Amino acid sequence: MAKTLIATATASSSSSLSFTSGIDSTYDVYEFHFVNIHPQTSGQYFQFQVNAAGQSGFNETMTTSFFRARHNESGSTASLDYEGGFDQAQGTAYQTIGLWGGANADENLAGVLTLYAPSSTTYVKHFQTTIIHNQSSNYAFNNFIAGYINTTSAIDEISFKYSSGNIDAGTIKMFGVS
Amino acid sequence: MGLTYIASVTASSSATLEFTTGIDSTYNEYQFHFVNIHPATDGVDFQFQVNAAGASGFNELMTTSVFRAANNEAGSATTLTYQTSDDQAQGTGYQSIGNYGGNDNDQAVSGVLTLYDPSSTTYVKHFTARATDHMAHDQAGDFYVAGYINITAAIDEISFKFASGNIDAGTIHMYGVG
Repeated sequence: MAKTLIATATASSSSSLSFTSGIDSTYDVYEFHFVNIHPQTSGQYFQFQVNAAGQSGFNETMTTSFFRARHNESGSTASLDYEGGFDQAQGTAYQTIGLWGGANADENLAGVLTLYAPSSTTYVKHFQTTIIHNQSSNYAFNNFIAGYINTTSAIDEISFKYSSGNIDAGTIKMFGVS
Repeated sequence: MGLTYIASVTASSSATLEFTTGIDSTYNEYQFHFVNIHPATDGVDFQFQVNAAGASGFNELMTTSVFRAANNEAGSATTLTYQTSDDQAQGTGYQSIGNYGGNDNDQAVSGVLTLYDPSSTTYVKHFTARATDHMAHDQAGDFYVAGYINITAAIDEISFKFASGNIDAGTIHMYGVG
């Protein structure tokens, strides 16, 4: 397996980070790597959505699942749970992939989102995500989100943002996988 | 660019396997691929720790979460559970990333540990790991570990070992991602 770096987006008090070119039929699999994503506002959700080729707006229909492990710094809480409040059933909202992010100076989010065959015009588009981040109450959160974007149109744009407030800093790298 | 091979270490009845060079600001994401790590002792956890630049000892502060899926060869014991005995809450011990590894001749643990931006002097250092383990008692284990190394100092060394006994054989490859 080879990964080819296609583009990098770097936040600087940015309302969103988007890739609006580079997602095409060159690769069957695309990976988006998040490094040191730092929210401006504490307790917000890190999210993504996509846009179908030739359409406008990041509002495609998704059905998704979400579970996560968590453990806090005091050791008093540790659990593995399905997050029923953050999945979608044919929803068109931004999909949450980070929960209640911490905004202290040293807190951040990292992980990988994999998007399969976005240029297919036959199949729905599957994705899976693994995230590790500081939660605002001093937890380590390890989130697993997966699902499908329920369209047979090609997808050529993707957007990342927090549910409220800017992305203060951080980098997203887009790779093609072959 | 993409996934760039940096170095490998190979065990031969080794107490530890370490990378003491090559972790720097060249990449903001590193992957450690461990392949056929075979313990000298039966039923021991495969583990890692890191050392901050200029400090001594593999003993940095971590908060982590751990869960695993498992199934035995008889199909009589399946599980998906949070592993409270393997996580850390501001601990300084070696973190388990493989669980209860078997030491029969054909048993081993393999997987990938991803370390995000170890050279940052602003943020804590997130990591994720997934290992598949041929466990003692003939179980297939799928072990998920994530967390953060709770320091803002740069990290430039990493060490792997079993909780007890040597690493009889196996190889770890270090890659830079970017």
